This record gives sequence, C-alpha cells and structure tokens, in this order.
Amino acid sequence: MAVCEDKEQDPRIRRIASSIRVVPDFPKKGIMFQDITTLLLDPKAFKDTADLFVERYTGKGISVVAGVEARGFIFGPPIALAIGAKFIPLRKPRKLPGEVISENYVLEYGTDCLQMHVGAVQPGERALVVDDLIATGGTLCAAISLLERAGAEVVECACVIELPELKGREKLNGKPLYILMESH
Amino acid sequence: MASEGGEDHRLPRIASAIRVIPDFPKPGIMFQDITTLLLDHEAFRDTIDMFVERYRDKRITVVAGIEARGFIFGPPIALAIGCKFVPMRKPKKLPGEVISEEYSLEYGTDIMEMHVGAVQPGDRALVIDDLIATGGTLSAAIRLLERVGAEVVECACVIELPELQGSQRLGGKPLFVLVKAAAA
Repeated sequence: MAVCEDKEQDPRIRRIASSIRVVPDFPKKGIMFQDITTLLLDPKAFKDTADLFVERYTGKGISVVAGVEARGFIFGPPIALAIGAKFIPLRKPRKLPGEVISENYVLEYGTDCLQMHVGAVQPGERALVVDDLIATGGTLCAAISLLERAGAEVVECACVIELPELKGREKLNGKPLYILMESH
Repeated sequence: MASEGGEDHRLPRIASAIRVIPDFPKPGIMFQDITTLLLDHEAFRDTIDMFVERYRDKRITVVAGIEARGFIFGPPIALAIGCKFVPMRKPKKLPGEVISEEYSLEYGTDIMEMHVGAVQPGDRALVIDDLIATGGTLSAAIRLLERVGAEVVECACVIELPELQGSQRLGGKPLFVLVKAAAA
C-alpha cells in the first residue's frame, strides 16, 4: 500500500495503511481486494481515519455528507457528526422508502443504479461524497450527479483508498478527490 | 411514535425525526425511516450520545453492526467508546474467511456472515441495528458472536416494534431501544 507523498508527513497514515488487508482473487480472480474491515478492528487507526477527514472538512461550510452504500455508511456518519452536517445514504435500488431520484452507471459488465431521497438535499447546499475506495469512479460519478441534480454543490469526494491505475479521478466531473492512500 | 422513558429530554426530538412510510416494502407495513433522523444533525448526535452514555463504562470491546443501517449507528458508537467495529453482512460481501448463520424471514431464509478472526473469545459485544422487528436478524448476529466465544452484553436499536415480540427471540440477551412504534 503506497502512502501518498504529501501525506508521508502524517504519522497516522502509516498505521492506517498497514491496517488494511489485501485479499487476493476477491470478488473474482485477478482482483486484489482492499479490505478495510481490518482497519475497523484497530480503534486508533479507525479514529485517526475519521480525524484526518474531519480536520480537512471542519469549517468549510459543508452541510451534507453523502455516503455510498455500504462501506460509505461506515466512514460518512462519523465525519458528518463531527462537522455538524447531515448524513445522506446513497443506496442501491429499492432500499430507500418514499420518493427517490435514480442515477444509472456503468459497471465492468452491465449497469447499476444509485438512489437518493427526494428532499434530502436542498439547492445550494455544500456536499461531501464519501466511500471507502475509488476504483473506476463510476459509483462516485453517479453520486455526484444525484447531488448536483438536487442543486447541491459537491465540494469534494473523499475516500480512504484510491486505485490510481483505474483513473477514477478523471470521472468525477472535475470535482476534486481527497484520499489517504493509493494502492497499485 | 412513543418515546421510551420520557424522562430524557432528547427523546421527543429523536422520535419525531423518524419518518413513517406506509406500505413499504409492501402493503400493510408501516416502515420506520431513520434517514430523516440522519438529516437532523442534533437528533442524530443525541441518538449516538444516548447509546455512548449507556455503554462507555460497560467494558465493551466490540460493536457489531448489521448491514446496512447498523453501519450508520454502530461506528460512531465504537469510535466514541474506543472499541472495534465489526460489520455483520449479507452473503458474499465480506472477503476472506467468514462464518455464516442462517436465519428465518417471513418467507424463506437469509444468511448473515462475519469475518473469522474479527472477534476473539472473551470479547464483550454490543449488537447494533436501526430497528428490531421479529428479532431474526439480531438473533443471527448473537449466534455468530457466541459461536466465536464472545459474550453479547446487549442488543441496541433506535426503534422497536414491540408487537412483533423480537425481544423474546434474543436468547435471553437484553435489548435497549430509544423509541417504540406500531408495526402496522
């Protein structure tokens, strides 16, 4: 796991990076899966992860943290609670009750769909999108679209891990991406 | 929506922040939607605080959260009390070695999984979900934790549907909830 150069200075990042487990051939052969559940078993590493995001986003006028199901539900709420923002779950189809808006996105094979509640976000709100990892960027791109369709301004996307070779960063409609570490 | 133990001044706001959606996911069910609670920062903060106040001095070493809404409430509690967070997931989501527990649904069965090695014998565990209905999901989580030698101290939910008697299906484990609601 490569720690990003400019973050080499922060001693917390090394511990976080080393707490993440790589599981080969999951969900299928050839994929090296970045498993953050082992980070969640290290209370100091998990707290440091949350703190790093909170330090970055406190005092930036962010009123919405949108987390992508399901691992974005683990990292998003602690950030939202600490910075005084709402938490909005972005979910797979048919999970959210009531009125939703939907955004389709492309997978390696086929398509998927992400949904957000109508009325969760107001026009003009400043939003953060959180997920554990960015790969191709398809999911985050769909998340950005949902928030922008509701009139929010997406300030940044935040992930623990980036897989830079998959160039997800280029699919974020020009929105900036903040990550703690890369995996090659 | 009735608050549990009306003494705590925070409960009315928490209870009124929860939205009820009729006929979701099917006719006759009054769905307790906690997403509106997450939009009220103070109410969400209070919800977490009430759990943290209850559990901070109980020597809890692991918070197990049930996918997916247990992932929203569990991690902030785990972070505040300084213990591990363990996600309890639907099949094939967790990479690496897992143990599985089958449980009953209204029609058919489902399976819950937990990572091997996440929980040690002697760990003191709290099980978290947003809501307890029939208790099937929570009882599967209790069985998984006990199979690896943990002691389940309590189950904690934001909402209980008492008519469905889920509290009686927890293998004698105590249940703590903030609000009680009608099932239909």
